[in-house]
Parts: sequence; structure tokens; C-alpha cells
Amino acid sequence: MNEKNSTLLIYTLLYFGFLYVPVLFLPIFSFNDANYMSFPLAGFTTEHYEEMWSKRNLHKALWASIKVGVVASVVSTTIALFAAKAFARYKFRGEKISYGGIMMPFLIPEIILAVAILTIWINLGFKLGLVPVTIGHTLFCTPFAMLILIARIEGFDFSLEEASRDLGENAWGTFFRVSFPLYLPGIVAALLLSFIISFDEFILAFFLTGSDATLPMYMWGQMRFVQKLPHVLALGAVIIVFTTFIVLLAFWLRNVGQGKAKKDIAIKL
Amino acid sequence: MNNSFIQINNISKHFADVKAVDDVSFEIKEGEFFSLLGPSGCGKTTLLRLLAGFEYPTSGNLLIDGTDITALPPDKRPTNMVFQNYAIFPHLNVEKNIQFGLRKLGLSNDEIDKRVKDVLLLVKLEGYEERFSNQLSGGQRQRVALARALVRQPKVLLLDEPLGALDKKLRDEMQLELRTLQKNIGITFVFVTHDQQEAISMSDRVAVMNDGKIQQLSVPNELYKNPENIFVSDFIGETNFLKAETKSSDGEFINVSIEGLGEFKIKNNLNIAANSSDVVCSVRPESMMISKVKSDWDICLDAKICQTSYLGEMTRFYVEAKGIDKIITVSSQHFDNQSFENNECFISMSLEDISLLNKK
Amino acid sequence: MIVFWRKIYAKHDNVKAYTLLSPALILVILAMVVPMALMLSFSMFTQVSMMEIDYTFTFQRYIDFFQKNLLVTLLIKSIKISFLVTLITLITAYPVCYYIAFYVKKNKMLWLVLLTLPFWTSYLLRVFSWKIILGTKGVINSSLINAGILSEPLTFLMYSETAVVITLTHAWAAFALLPLYVSLEKIDFSFIEAGRDLGLSRFEVFWKITFPLSLPGVIGAILIIFIPTVGDYVTPALLGGTDGRMLSNMIQAYFGKINNIPLGAASATIMLTTVVLITIIVSNVTKRLTQRLT
Repeated sequence: MNEKNSTLLIYTLLYFGFLYVPVLFLPIFSFNDANYMSFPLAGFTTEHYEEMWSKRNLHKALWASIKVGVVASVVSTTIALFAAKAFARYKFRGEKISYGGIMMPFLIPEIILAVAILTIWINLGFKLGLVPVTIGHTLFCTPFAMLILIARIEGFDFSLEEASRDLGENAWGTFFRVSFPLYLPGIVAALLLSFIISFDEFILAFFLTGSDATLPMYMWGQMRFVQKLPHVLALGAVIIVFTTFIVLLAFWLRNVGQGKAKKDIAIKL
Repeated sequence: MNNSFIQINNISKHFADVKAVDDVSFEIKEGEFFSLLGPSGCGKTTLLRLLAGFEYPTSGNLLIDGTDITALPPDKRPTNMVFQNYAIFPHLNVEKNIQFGLRKLGLSNDEIDKRVKDVLLLVKLEGYEERFSNQLSGGQRQRVALARALVRQPKVLLLDEPLGALDKKLRDEMQLELRTLQKNIGITFVFVTHDQQEAISMSDRVAVMNDGKIQQLSVPNELYKNPENIFVSDFIGETNFLKAETKSSDGEFINVSIEGLGEFKIKNNLNIAANSSDVVCSVRPESMMISKVKSDWDICLDAKICQTSYLGEMTRFYVEAKGIDKIITVSSQHFDNQSFENNECFISMSLEDISLLNKK
Repeated sequence: MIVFWRKIYAKHDNVKAYTLLSPALILVILAMVVPMALMLSFSMFTQVSMMEIDYTFTFQRYIDFFQKNLLVTLLIKSIKISFLVTLITLITAYPVCYYIAFYVKKNKMLWLVLLTLPFWTSYLLRVFSWKIILGTKGVINSSLINAGILSEPLTFLMYSETAVVITLTHAWAAFALLPLYVSLEKIDFSFIEAGRDLGLSRFEVFWKITFPLSLPGVIGAILIIFIPTVGDYVTPALLGGTDGRMLSNMIQAYFGKINNIPLGAASATIMLTTVVLITIIVSNVTKRLTQRLT
């Protein structure tokens, strides 16, 4: 591994560029003093951002997305936590099928999921809105949270839980006093990432929100009209910054505490 | 004192088709330092975990102080365990670790503080209250684990190879400390180890296990001097095995023909059948004597030294003796590897040091 | 009584595991299995009029599907586009994973986080971004025209199949990167060195040693890219135009404007079946390839 391969390095950096540049254009053009996204840039302005702040519908959609995101991430992370414990801790019959089943929402095209939930929801006589969206998002986020949590729990020392039981705590007490504090970074990471997934999710929202728009639905509506374009760019830029920040936080948390378990500072007796 | 303080009745534990513990029954006395000794996989840890409540027996039941605890979860049993890897909670400091199990006992805050202080004194960790697990050495963590279990004043303390991770010197020190501690506080200890020296130096009684069964349960002296079968004989200390055949019985004694040496009268402690070739004789290296001249012991043979192992406090000689076709080990504190020129010597053994065992 | 239940609970790991699993399983059953079963049964009904549905079971919808040229074309096109996207993404992402796995020594995690960061931003926004880049008045065209290289904008870049493929290659790259990286990382570099040592050329080493060993990651990447791409709606809708339409756009129409739910359900079922079949085929083929190459 001592060689350096500059061709590959250059290729990799170019690829990075390919990945990042489209994403970076949004913030760039959001400050552009024009209604078209073309070069050369016209001039710097923050008016698109001001415009964004004033839109009531945008605020409504934002609030809707936050509500859905919080509920979906909390519920899916909780469900995933228990499921992860089951898979990481126990060997039991039907393990593979259960695992496959719970991972399924992740593995089929989202539109099929959306259409299926739409069908049953309408036929049950319910109205479309934020509720079916939340259910759909919960379903979709659970396998994802579970993956994060299984990894976390597998790295966890089980004798700690046994010790707690041995010292007089029942299962719930053990969970609250020992397991939960130690899982916490993983749980928060799963919460944050699930929230982001729900926040950005489009297809399920598209089919299931009816008239209550989530933020992606709002953007979709705006994307059709050229005049409205610039403030969508501003919105997009803000979302990108916000999402990046949360994701970095989540990744940092994922690794917190894992290193500690492997570190052993030996002090002489 | 309750001689059947802990009763293990026909306990079996099967994992799939492996019989980890195979129909084991015995009793442990109150206040005893009792060890479960055996090689990896013999079932000793499983048995300990069955006592603790982390495994549920396939059949049989367990009683502590008259109460059937078989169906009780670990938190409801009058036992506490010191884990092999100590299992110190990394997110709590030493003090909080030790206090952990006291919450459920309904003690006053003052009581709790007092108990914690006392137990820290007992394990010699005063002043370490604020430290966290990653700031402690292995030996210190072990003491915290011990303190945490003892502070609850359980009826039985279970120890799962607690000294395994320590270096030799520390381990020897801890062995002495644990022994003294146990005698002082009087709690029944059930100690699991694979180190036979550890077991026989610390325990009141030892149960030697193999393949899920108890091979012999006795006080350490008996295990050493009068092993009941080949496994125990081989596992505890060192020994030489000699091919033999029993001839006729003679009351307490039996006539045994030992390969290459002749026929002798050996004490028949285990009531081994006469006229059987399914037997073996065992002689410990330290009961044999190596010398430069012939001795007047019951058996004395010419021998040639093949190898020596100088161990400081004694030397092990690996010899080829006349009439015996395998290498015999003789240990001596008197001679060392420099003592014998041209490796010629005599080895001697006394009849009362020869044990007769079934070949099984 | 309590003792009785305690015994059963303590004895059986199965019980403990399923107690923990029950919320997840209930969620999956109620929110996915049941809806999909319902959708399946809807695919057997007939839409008589705007509000009316005939609930007699029939396979007619499936026959209808295969009789409509448009639908079959869209199905094939969706598969074709997905296949292309998968291939291109795989080929373009592979060298990057290779580089990070074998040539980066410090902070591999950092590289990976940076690589996958763009994918945490909204998919919708990223597609939209490509719309900006590829459009007739977009970044590429306006830069090239301004620089004097072009006199007219390139029209094939937008509202076309090309646009869809380019965008999707970007969209799913992260999903390819991770499994590929994981399996490449597991390969012991000494295998590669041994190959060179035995006289194999660089290409031979790659093709005979590295690539086969990375196949599990390749399979993973293929499936992770292919499956969602087949069902993608947003990209074809935003920048596919007529040329780049995919099956999902039609399904959406059936559930929306056109209002033929049974046909829509049938289309969705056919899409799902296709995906499952291809998944099975790919898994088996790559398994056999792995056995032959190793």
C-alpha cells in the first residue's frame, strides 16, 4: 500500500466534483440576481431569501414536514430499537424471514408502497393528509433505523445487562439505567437520520398528502413556475445547509462511545 | 451450619444437541469456598450461570437456603456474580457502580453511603470513588466488580474466573486476598476456574468437571492424593500413568501387575475389580525420588535422564527407566540439572504413593 | 400462575425475541403487507366508471397491460434505463471505491462521509439541480454558448432519456459506493501483491483477483441501484419529457387523472414482479459467476 496512484486520485477528485457540483449550484444561484439559472452570474442579492421568508404556504408546509418528521422518526426509532435488540441478542426461529420482512419497505420501489397505502387508505374511507404520510414514513424509516441500531447493539457488551439484572434490576430497570444511556448516541443518530429521510421524502407524500402539503410537496408545486423559481432555490440552499449539519452531527454521534469501549487506559496499580 | 445450603438437584442444560451440563447433583455448605474446576467447555460456567439465573435448566431444580429458585429471574435471586470481564458500567463512576444494586433494597441514603464506604475499604479502593472504568487497571476493575457484588450482602457470591485476566503475581496476591476476605465475611463463594492450582489452594472443596459431569467432588487434599479417575488424576497436578492389570483381591488391598516392574500389593480405595486389564496406575512426580545410588524403597530402577526442566524451586527430570517404555517425570527439590554426569541415575517409588484407577 | 408463565418466558428465547419484534412486525403487516395484498386484489377488479368499480375477480387487467403498447414499452424502457443507470453508476463509482479502499491510509471514514454527504440532501432538490444544469438556458448550455463553443443549445440534454440517465447516475451513486467500498475494503492487499508477484499484469490482477472478490459488494450495489430506479417517478416527471417517461409516471396517472385504479394496481404489481424476478436472477447469476471465477 505504499504506492500512490495519481490517476485514480485525480479521477476520484473529479468524481467528487461530479457529486458535489450539482448540489452546490443551488446555493450559488440562490444569490443570483436573476430569474434564470445560467452563467454568467448577474449579481449578488439576498432578495430571494427575503421572499422565501414571506411565503405563508411555505411556512405551513415546513411545519407539516417537521410534525411528520418528528413523529415518524420517534416512532420508527423506538420500534427499530426493540427489533434491533431482538436480532442482535437472540437466536430464534424465523429470524431470517422476520429480518427480510422488516427490511422490505426499503427494498421495493417506493411508488409501489405509496400506491398500496393509498389504495387501502381510501378504501377504509379515510381522508388523505398528514396521517397516512406519517404512517408511510414510519414504515420506510424503520428498517433504516434498525440497521444503525443493530450495528450499535452488536458492539455492546451484554454482560453489562446481565450484571444489572444480577444486581437486582428487572428488565425495564436495566433498560433505563444501563442499556438506554449506552445506546443513546446510536439512538440519537437513528432519530436524526430518520428525520432527514422523512423530511426529504417525496413520493409517499405526493400520493398521500392530499391538500396538506409537506415541504417537498410545496417545492414540487413551485418548481413548475419559472417566476417562482428563485425563492425555491433559496429554500433549497437552506435545506441543504440544514441537512448537512444534521447529518454530520448524526455521523459524529454514531461513532461516539464506540471507540471508548475499545480503549483501555492501563494505569499501574 | 447448613450443609445443604445450595442444592443442585439433577440439573441438566442442553444447547441444541450439546449437553453442557449432564444430570449434575451435589450440595454446597453454607459459608464454604467452593470451586468448580475443569477445562474449557466442561460445563462449569454454564452451571454457574444456571445458579445466577442467566440460563434456564433443561431439567432439574436448584435450591438456596431451602427456597426453590429455579424459576426465579436473576434479579430475584439471593446471589450476586462477579463477571469474567468485570462488566463495570462505563457510564458510571466507581461509587455509582457500587451503589447500583442498592437502589432496589430500599435502604436509607445513610445506609447506602455507609455500605459503600465499608466495601471500598474491604477491597482496598478507598479514594477511587470518582474514577471511571477506563481510568482503572484490570486489577482495580476486578475489585470494583467484587465490591459491587458484595455490597448487596448476598447469600451466595458467584465468581466466573475472576482472576483469569490478571498477570501471575497479581493473581497470586488476589488469590490470598479473596480467601481471607471470604473467611472474614463468611459468605458462601462459588468459584469457577480452569486453573487447578488456583482451585486447590483457595477452596474448602472442589468439584472437578468434564463433559458436563462431575468427575470428583472432594477437599483439595483428597483430589490430589486420591484421585478417583484418570481425568482427575491427570488434571490435578502432574502424574505418571503406568500400564497395569489387577490380579487377585486381598481385602483392602489388591494384587496389581505393573508393566515391567512386577506384581505388588496396592491399596484398593476405589474397589476396583480383580482380574481386570482396564486399569492404570498413577504416580506423582514429586512422590518419586531420583538419586545417584540405589535406594531401599519398594521399587528402585535404573534410569537415564533424557531432559530436565529447571524451575528454580525444583527441577523436573524426564527419564527412561528400565522396564518402562514411556518417559517418566520425576521432580526433585534436591537435585538440579547440573547434578548428574552422563545422565545416569536411579528412580524410586513407594507403594503407598501408587494409585490404582479405572481406565474408564 | 405467575411461576408458570415465568418458566415459559424464561425457557424460550423465541418468546422474548418475538415480544420485542412485535411492534415492527405489526407495522410491516398493517402498513405494507395488507395494503399490498389489497392492491393485488384491486388489480383483479374493473373500473367501470369514474366512481364505480366492479369487484368481480378477473385477470383481464393483466391482459390489458400487455396489450397496450405504451405500457409494455414503458416497462421495457424502465428496465432498460435502470440497467443503464446501474451499469454506468457501477463503472464510474468502482474506481473511487478502489482508491479509497487501497490507497487512502488515514481517515477513510472521513472520505466516505464526504462522499455520501450530497445524498442526504433532498432527492427532489438534486433532480431540480440537474434541471438547472442540463436545461436549454441552463448552466452547461449557457456556459458553452457564452464561451463561443456552441451557437445553439444542446437540446438532447433535457426532456429526454439521456437527461434521466444522467440524473439518476448521480442520484444513486452513494448507494453504489457503500456496498462496493465495504467489500473492497475486506480484500487483503497482499492478494493483489501476490498476483503481481506471480507475473500477472495489472489488468489480469484486477479481473481475476480483485473483481471476483468484490462481487458481493457488486451484487449489493446492483440491487440497491436497480430496484428504486425502476420505480422512479420524480426524475422522469421533472426532466424526462415524453422521451424519458417511465412506468411509474403511468401508474401515477392511473391513480390520478385517468382514474383506472385496477389497471394502475396491475401495473404496479407487474413492476414489483419484474423487480423481484430480476433480483432473483441477478443474485443467482452473480453467485454462479463468483463460483466460477474463484
